[in-house]
Order: sequence, then C-alpha cells, then structure tokens
Amino acid sequence: MSRPAPALRSAAALAAMELRLTSRRGENVLVTLVIPIAVLLFFATAGIVPATGGPAVDFLLPGALALAIIASGLVNLGIATAYERAYGVLKRLGGSPLSRSGLVAAKIASILALEVVQVVLVVAVATLVLGWRPPAGASAALVVAALLLGTFTFAGLGLLMAGTLRAEATLALANGLFLAFLMLGGIVLPIDHLPDALQAVARILPANALAETFRVALSGTGDVVGPVVVLVDWGLAAVGLSVRYFRWE
Amino acid sequence: MSDAAIPASEAAGPAGETAVRASGAAAANEPAIRLDGLVKRYGARPVLEGVSLAVSRGEIVALLGPNGAGKTTTVEIVEGYRRADGGTVRVLGTDPATGGPALRARVGLMLQGGGLDPRSTPSDVLRLYAAFHVGGRDPKALLSLVGLERVARTRVRRLSGGERQRLALALAIVGEPEVLILDEPTAGMDPEAKRDTRDLIQSLRDEGRAVLLTTHDLADVERLADRVAILHHGRIVADGSVAELTGAGEPHLRIRLARPLDREGATALRNELRRTHPDATIDLNGVSGSAFAVGAIPPDAWLIAAVASWLATKDLPIVELRTIGGTLEERYLELTGDRDVEAGA
Repeated sequence: MSRPAPALRSAAALAAMELRLTSRRGENVLVTLVIPIAVLLFFATAGIVPATGGPAVDFLLPGALALAIIASGLVNLGIATAYERAYGVLKRLGGSPLSRSGLVAAKIASILALEVVQVVLVVAVATLVLGWRPPAGASAALVVAALLLGTFTFAGLGLLMAGTLRAEATLALANGLFLAFLMLGGIVLPIDHLPDALQAVARILPANALAETFRVALSGTGDVVGPVVVLVDWGLAAVGLSVRYFRWE
Repeated sequence: MSDAAIPASEAAGPAGETAVRASGAAAANEPAIRLDGLVKRYGARPVLEGVSLAVSRGEIVALLGPNGAGKTTTVEIVEGYRRADGGTVRVLGTDPATGGPALRARVGLMLQGGGLDPRSTPSDVLRLYAAFHVGGRDPKALLSLVGLERVARTRVRRLSGGERQRLALALAIVGEPEVLILDEPTAGMDPEAKRDTRDLIQSLRDEGRAVLLTTHDLADVERLADRVAILHHGRIVADGSVAELTGAGEPHLRIRLARPLDREGATALRNELRRTHPDATIDLNGVSGSAFAVGAIPPDAWLIAAVASWLATKDLPIVELRTIGGTLEERYLELTGDRDVEAGA
C-alpha cells in the first residue's frame, strides 16, 4: 500500500522542480537576475539620479534589492503560478499526496532560494563594479528581515493575481506593475522628486516601502516603522484575499 | 492492504462511520469506489440526480455518456475536487473530499489535459511525483513501461498528444495506487498506443487495482471494461457488462431511402412483411430524416429480401440498408436518445 512521502521531502522535490523550471524560462531569468543588475549599473553610471547626499549607489542598491524581490515574488511567481493554474498543473498537484501547505511551502522556498542568488549577485556588482562599501550602521539582520517581509508581501500579491485572474491578465498586470513600481516605487528615483499627486500614491505603494526598508537596513539611519507598516498591510491584504478567493483551476 | 496501519476497533455512531469503513476486515468486501445517490447542482441547474455506482478491486468500470451528461462532475467528486450536494461517496472507505494526503497516495489520477507544465520533461515530472510517495515505482522503469524512454528529456510542449497521454497515465500509476481514475485515457492516441494502453490498464486491473475510466471510445469499452455504466442527464441509465447491455437491445434493420417513407407506406410495408414475419414492426419515429427501422426476430435474409422487393415495386431507391443490434454503439445511442448522431453522420 502506497503512503505519502514525508511532507518535507515532497515540498523539497517540488521546490527543486520550480527552480529548474524557472531556469528554463528565459524571460524569468531576464526579469529576476538581469533587469535588477542592469538597472543598478545603468542608473549608477549614467549620473541622472538626483543628489541624495551620497554616492548614487548608496541610494540605488536598496532599490535594486527591492526590485529583485518584486521580480521574484510578483512577476516570476505570479506569472508562473498563473500558467500552472491554466495548464491544470495546480489541479494535478492537488490530486497528489502533496498537501496544500506543502505546495505553498515549496513555492516560497524556491522563491527564497532564487532571492539569495539575486542578493548575492546584486551586492557583488555593487561592491566590485560600483565600489559600494557597507556603512557602519548597516544591519545584515534587518536586510534579511526586509527580504522576508518583502517576499511575504510581493509573493502574496503575485499569488493573488495568479489565483484570481486569467493567465494572460496576470502576465500583463504583473509586467505593468513591475514597470510602475520601477518608476514610482522609489527604486531609481527618490519619490520626493515626483509630482505631489504621484508622491502621495508612491508613498503608500509597497514598492517604495520595501525600498525604504532596505535603505534603512543598509544605512542604519531613518525611520523603518512607517514603511514596515505599509508592507505588512499590503501583505496581509494580499494573503487574506488569496486565501479567500484563490481558485485552483 | 496492511491491517497493522489501521485501527481495528469499530467506533460507533455516525462520526465513526467514515473512519471505520476504511479499515481491515470491514472493508474487504467493500467496493473500492462506492457512490450512493449522488446529487450535484451548479446553481439551479441539476447535473447529477442520484448517481449510484460501485467499482470493486480487480474491476474496470467504464463511465460512458454524452457530453454534458455529468461524467466529469462524477469523476471530480470521486477525485475529491468537488463535493456532492447530496448522497455519499466513498473511496477506499473514505470521503475523498476529506481523505487528505493518506488517501491521495492510494488513488492514481489521470486528468483530461494531463496537468503537465510544457517546460517540464517526462523524466522531471515522474521523478517529482515519485518523490511524493513512499514505495512508488522507479521512474526510469515506468518511462520504458509506457514507451517514453526516447523522449524522457524532451519538453512536454514538444511531445505528441499521445505521448502526453502516456505520461499522464504514468503519473497516475507512479505511486502504485489501489484505485485508478482515468479520464479519457486513450484520447488522442494512435491505434498502436491505444492497444498498448489498453493492455497496460488490463494488467493493472489484473494486479487487483480498481479502475474507473471515462471514455468516448466505444472500442475502449468493448475491449477493456468489465462493466459499463451509462450516464445520461445526471442518471445512470444502464449498468452491466457489455454482453448484458447489448443483449438487451433488439436486433433490427435500418433502411434509409432517398425520400421519407410516409405513414401509409409504412402500414402497407408492414402488412406485406407480416406474411412471412408475423412479429414485424416498422418504426418511423426516433430515426431521423428518411431512415426507418424494421424490427423482427430474427432479421434474417428473407426479411431483407421482402423489404427490398417491396421497395422495388414502389420504386423507392435504397440509400442504406444494414442490420443492427447487439452492438454497444447502437445500445448506447438508443439509451442516450441520440440516434441522430449516427444517422446524420
């Protein structure tokens, strides 16, 4: 008589599969690895970022890290899961001995593994190419906390889209949001340079909140409570709505 | 089934029923799949109106029915994807909606469309699903069993429809399930793959597994199924072996003319035929267009000769003349009230 494998083994097998499939999707590699690094290099060397009281890379690195998390959670996970739903992959997995919590755990684990690669590459480029040095106040613990919180929020948003919209709609919306967050999210342009009306919007966007959280974590100065509250609110709303409205097929 | 893994105690009361039916001796004679009076509505539209069906271990049951009859709904309730609005469903003694991973490990599914990621490969997918089970099949051996070893590392998007079907079937059996639920297992396969797949399903049955399959292919049913259940408008309208079902159909002649036979002509023909075949009947209804049926036991050569010569004297050209009866197709079309499908084809 067949028995289900231990939950951890099943989830690990699926997480490995997710990573393998991500590596086979050229567009996912582009958006998760190439674009954050390209954005960092381009804006750091083009000299068009307004003066922020320090080297441009000090402002851009936290932005690039935030962009990497957004690319992994919202774009990569959202679009991949939307197509898995459309192809019936989620339905088939739902009929396997893998538990639903195992499925979610596998997806999160694969995203976190991808993010570790992203962070290492982005920080390596900042350090080796752009001469970034961590300031005295930088906190590795806070960087990890920001990464986890950002993953919670943006993976929640990605899964909400994937589970409620058509795959094509998720594809379009995820890419549109990625662009909007890049421009309005305090990633490459400090939001106080935006027009007033846009500034008000940008301030409550999760992208700006994540970039700000990374900025505080890497500089050791500034208020972290405000952005964290914004991130948590978005994350709770996204996950709550996903739990309520996610459709598996 | 291992008795050690299951509590032998018989808990009393309605709450205990679900758990107890799963266990040892009590379940030995229990069908692997049992549906009792399943009712399902989508909004106000009734889809299943009291479906009862059982599948035993070592038995292949084919669920047959026109599109929209409720086959997929029935199968999805058995698979645990949907809940019935009424009636009970038990798979290996457990309600599939609440069976969880322990039950899903013992039930192998083959879904329509397969549920395969186009960028994965057969090898990827089988190794993944093998990892979900303890004591499953070796993925490599399974690939050669279903004839996919040559495309083991080809992306699913490049596989033919038949190859995808075989991969989906391999996924269903990777965990050595006691129960198999196969939704159109031979759809899209070439004749050779169909034959191999039927052989495989039969050998799985011979190993004592219970198999519930849906199909549109009547050859599947005739060559594969131990029992057929025909679903029509949310009810089981026939349930038995192929021989039992076809034996119930009256053999007859079907004749199609260049123009319809009117009621007067039918009466004249019947009177003519009754000289040699006293029980002859003519059925103008239920057969579309210019076709009509002549019933008589047996529909022998004399009957054909009598009909043909009468038509010749009336100058009514025959477009088609055939003897019908004893085929599953005929019985199926009769039961599902869909005779036009064949006549109009």
